Amino acid sequence: MEKHILLRHREIPDIANLENYKANEGLKAFEKAIKTMTPDEVTQEVKKSGLRGRGGAGFPTGVKWGFIPKDSGQHYVVANADESEPGTFKDREILENNPFQFLEGVMLASYAIRANQAYVYLRGEFWKIAEVLNQKIRKLEEAGYLGENILGSEFSLKINTHLGAGAYICGEETALLESIEGKLGQPRLRPPFPAAVGLYGKPTLINNVETLTNVPMIVLHGADWHRGYGTEQSPGVKIFSLSGCVKKPGNYELPLGVTYQELIFEHGGGIVNDNKIKAVMSAGASSDIVIADDHCLATPLAYETSLERLHTSLGSASVIVLDETVNMAWLVSKTVNFFKHESCGKCTPCREGTFWMDKLAKRIVTQEASHSDIDLFKNVALQMQGKCLCALGEFSTMAVISAVDRFREDFESQMRS
Amino acid sequence: MNKLMTQYENEIRELLKRYPATGKRSTVMPLLFLAQRKLGYISEETLADIAEISETSVTDVAAVMGFYTLFHAEKGGRYRIQVCTDLPCALRGSEIYFKELSEKLGIKDGETTSDGLFTLEAVKCLAACHRSPIFQLQGDGEIVYYEDQNVELTMQLVEEIRRKASAEKEA
Repeated sequence: MEKHILLRHREIPDIANLENYKANEGLKAFEKAIKTMTPDEVTQEVKKSGLRGRGGAGFPTGVKWGFIPKDSGQHYVVANADESEPGTFKDREILENNPFQFLEGVMLASYAIRANQAYVYLRGEFWKIAEVLNQKIRKLEEAGYLGENILGSEFSLKINTHLGAGAYICGEETALLESIEGKLGQPRLRPPFPAAVGLYGKPTLINNVETLTNVPMIVLHGADWHRGYGTEQSPGVKIFSLSGCVKKPGNYELPLGVTYQELIFEHGGGIVNDNKIKAVMSAGASSDIVIADDHCLATPLAYETSLERLHTSLGSASVIVLDETVNMAWLVSKTVNFFKHESCGKCTPCREGTFWMDKLAKRIVTQEASHSDIDLFKNVALQMQGKCLCALGEFSTMAVISAVDRFREDFESQMRS
Repeated sequence: MNKLMTQYENEIRELLKRYPATGKRSTVMPLLFLAQRKLGYISEETLADIAEISETSVTDVAAVMGFYTLFHAEKGGRYRIQVCTDLPCALRGSEIYFKELSEKLGIKDGETTSDGLFTLEAVKCLAACHRSPIFQLQGDGEIVYYEDQNVELTMQLVEEIRRKASAEKEA
């Protein structure tokens, strides 16, 4: 990318300063919206842009906004800054370095769905980021961009931050709402969906940080401009968090549709020690493990190509690279231990399933397992699929099943002799 | 008498303004953070204070405390060194780093140094996978990240904190 659209601090280092943000197109989209557009026109523009949710689900953002009733009752916007997927560290870079663009996204979303209160839910570990974000919110209030009757309009808005306290499950949107309400972070049964019954029982829109940070540029430059990047079904740019066995791990903002080959070898500098690449995971620990053959490496990183060519979800596009030195039995022992730790305990398949998968994985990597344990391991995962209350339980099975199917030799080599 | 309210009245009044009148329970988590700011853990008597302010039951407050990993029901070190050993970090050597740090400090996962200053903990993903080994330091009401670590660097910080703590004691 010549110039970043989201990680703009890389060209404009002091964009976290309100004056500098304003000098670089900052708040122009918000002013344009409240002076010249109706809330529905803002939603329409986002819909036309084809922006899809960057938290992992890839659901069309404008369509989600359209689900909120158009009445004048109490509505809420909640920004999901609970970034906790192993391998994902993109929202943190936005929040730390380009906070106003993110906040402007929150403001535009609030205007579009007629919300006068927004909450930013940050993982508790982002304590310091929340402190800084609070200062940025004060700055916007002082400058008249937040508060009552903003810029002389009918629109009023308050933004507050709310800290989580170390629970991955709170990234799941209904668990996040429970957490703001001061309860255990456990997912709700759906329907009703948050668009109808959300925070404090009111219609609520929940969007990921990166999704919201895309919005100001779309409103300012238009849907067609946004569609100038990316693919037909996955327009725009995406921040790829690249980690694992690469020489240059980090965040790379690139158009959707860039191939694994380009991301890993051109941007990421290739594999550490020039080892051979073995596999990739595209959605952090929640991924299938995909064999990194030529077919995989030539696959564009986009929502549709990921499904069509690799039969897997792009997720949050947090690419964990695995080289030939990585044993996949060890790898799944790490991922299932994560999910066992983070399972909220509400539904039985996930609570019990992750517990037993963790036990089996430990048995395997300590070389105390027999060959039948490998099948049992996969079997537990298969029994969980389709039966969990939320995606966490489902995600915990992805790496297990794909690893046993595709890298069985890595498990066989761990058997007791 | 509500001790927590007396101690942090202004902050708590501000906090209550953030949520609707029917949503007072939303203050439970911010209050738990407040309650452990000075002590580093949440004492049993504070639970009742929090329950009263947030208009919920002591049982519910205790349940929330137990559910979230950043709240501590028991006294640990003044500072908690929380090292991420999840998959992406482990691929970059965080498990070896953790083991070596554990040896240097002379404590195992979850244990506290004899001077009461440090508790070492292996934790889950901290969203800094590209700068592993990393840990966060939780203490004195703050959480601070330390990235691109090695044992020497971390031990320098540990010694620095030890010096500061003993200077505080003398003063």
